[in-house]
Amino acid sequence: MHPPRLVRIAAPLLIGALVLSACGSKKESGSSSGSKTLTIGVVAPLSGDLSAVGNGIKNGVDLAIKQANEKKTVKGYTLTVDAQDDTAKADVGATVAAKLVAESGVVGVVGPLNSSVAKSVAPVMAQANLVVISPSNSNVDLTGRGALLTGGTQVRPYKSYFRVVASDDIQGPFAAQFAVKTVMAKTIAIVHDKKAYGQGLAEAFAKEAKKDGATVLKTETINPGDKDFSATITKLKAEKPDFLFYGGEYPEASLLTKQLKSAGLKIPLMGGDGVQADDYIKIAGAAAEGDYATALGAPTDSLASAKQFVTDYAAAKYADPIGPYGAYAYDAANVIIAALATSTASGSKSGQALRDDVTKGVQDANYDGITGKITFDAFGDTTVKVLTVYQVKGGKFVAAKTDTFK
Amino acid sequence: MDVFFQQLVNAIVLGATYGLVALGYTMVYGIVQLINFAHGEIYMLGGFGALTTYLALPSGTPAGIALPLMLVGGIVVSVTAAVIMERFAYRPLRSAPRLAPLITAIGVSVFLQELVRNFYPHAKSARNFPQLVNPDYQVKLGSNVQISAPQLLTVAVALVGMVALSTFVRRSRTGRAMQATAQDPDTARLMGIDTDRIIVTAFVLGAALAALAGVSSGLQFGQVDFHMGFITGVKAFTAAVLGGIGNISGAVLGGFILGLVEVMATQYAPDPFSGGAWKDAWSFVVLIIVLVFRPTGLLGERVAARA
Repeated sequence: MHPPRLVRIAAPLLIGALVLSACGSKKESGSSSGSKTLTIGVVAPLSGDLSAVGNGIKNGVDLAIKQANEKKTVKGYTLTVDAQDDTAKADVGATVAAKLVAESGVVGVVGPLNSSVAKSVAPVMAQANLVVISPSNSNVDLTGRGALLTGGTQVRPYKSYFRVVASDDIQGPFAAQFAVKTVMAKTIAIVHDKKAYGQGLAEAFAKEAKKDGATVLKTETINPGDKDFSATITKLKAEKPDFLFYGGEYPEASLLTKQLKSAGLKIPLMGGDGVQADDYIKIAGAAAEGDYATALGAPTDSLASAKQFVTDYAAAKYADPIGPYGAYAYDAANVIIAALATSTASGSKSGQALRDDVTKGVQDANYDGITGKITFDAFGDTTVKVLTVYQVKGGKFVAAKTDTFK
Repeated sequence: MDVFFQQLVNAIVLGATYGLVALGYTMVYGIVQLINFAHGEIYMLGGFGALTTYLALPSGTPAGIALPLMLVGGIVVSVTAAVIMERFAYRPLRSAPRLAPLITAIGVSVFLQELVRNFYPHAKSARNFPQLVNPDYQVKLGSNVQISAPQLLTVAVALVGMVALSTFVRRSRTGRAMQATAQDPDTARLMGIDTDRIIVTAFVLGAALAALAGVSSGLQFGQVDFHMGFITGVKAFTAAVLGGIGNISGAVLGGFILGLVEVMATQYAPDPFSGGAWKDAWSFVVLIIVLVFRPTGLLGERVAARA
């Protein structure tokens, strides 16, 4: 290739890149009518199979920010949302996390939805000491709880990472106790998708179910994205289980329960919070009837404190439903807003100083949220461990049991 | 033994879909030596075309009328997309180096996925596909061996498609022209064959078969989504390579072998490597072994002469 031709191609590219980077650096605190702008980021899957849940998170944050702006909770500042689509993939999560860190106006982040994504988002955030509160992550390793299961000591891996829901080492056993003691399951089949969330949940479930006296069959695995589970089901059917626990999310779970029942294995499927989505029932149809799913926290519509939120959410006319985590995302955003209000009230800070202050404020939070009181332990875990088992009845998830895990 | 035969049934159902889609890869490769990575998306468009047809029909249309119309709708959408794709993305690159159309194919694949994701209503997550064939209706093949109605339909549609294609290629004038073009495009052109038309025919046939697979997948699983073509496309491509890419019987054989390996690996693989999550690893182990001993695939001999 002749050099002039290379230049002809390279020059516009270079100019384009310069123009783009110029746009990027302008995004700091634009001052409209004297008030400065601060941004709360959202990292969640806004497209793909999990987009319904991801958009619920985004909308929860959006509503919190709109209300804070109306009430002028953070005096002298206007808040905005910067929602980034992580497409439920860890590598994309790392990229969008770096993007949010690079924008100096971002003072806190809500998300991500997936534990696997959090594993690549949290380290990026921790480096900048930018607070990130997940409304839904439950993997044990994100707050170092994994070490406790093997008898080690808990060390916090990410100093700016928090979550407002209980972890798998609590959700799994909670589900297992319900399966063995309430449903009276005797022979339990276990399937998971090998992702951080699914496998962690399934292993915690299996351990507790065995302890409680049920027979647990050899764990089967599937690939996320698969649609045909007939081979796995044929294999399970030969072992005659009376209950199936699935560690994973609703796109696969809904097809699994449908094919399970079509194949004549009419046993209930139980999943974690990744299964507790309206789309699970929408896809599985009548096959979902009688299935169980646990969820973190108490049901949004049973909380007297969340009634106003549900009304406001409906009034805002978002395209997507609240979903299982909309209320938690709303609370997470409000915890950040409260820390921000305290920080800015004691003098105007910006950049890293403000980020440090907000992270510290979240650590010390004592906030009355719509999902309950929010306080964090020294590792970023919520101190309130309320969970609920739902059962599909008449095409809807109906709360079967809400309890504090002991 | 019941478990083995049930798994065999599962394998045939899986292999039928792989084989149908693999035919499109192999026909196009046989004629223009292009690995059309956008073929998985043609399969996806077939599913969405059928869904659109169903939604356009008045509600309460009996399944016996709706189903054939949906198949036609799916085929029309897939074929149209394939013809446009061939005309505007691949034909201008006919004489370019091999790499250019390959990268273009990947670009077309991403383009079609994003097109459906962004512009088909509510297609950002999976869309429900009408369950016109009841999946709970099981046909007993033995005391404990059964096949569900949509699975049976998948196999039937695949077999009809495969037989029709093979008859067409061997008996019809156009089919013989296709064979001639595959063997030697230059001589074929000298003999008066309109090779451009033959290439379009290969795309059209491949797209029609992929659409059949897309519709039967929708019926079987009750949903279609914008990225359903990716995994199926990769598997079907693997099947085509396994059987010998460029060889039509090879694609069908490769599809069934791939289905068999996946299913049997789920059931019988030794312990740390058993279960559904390892089935793809086993498929690729088989692919590697075949390629080591027969680099042109199981039935592919002509490719070596061409490459």
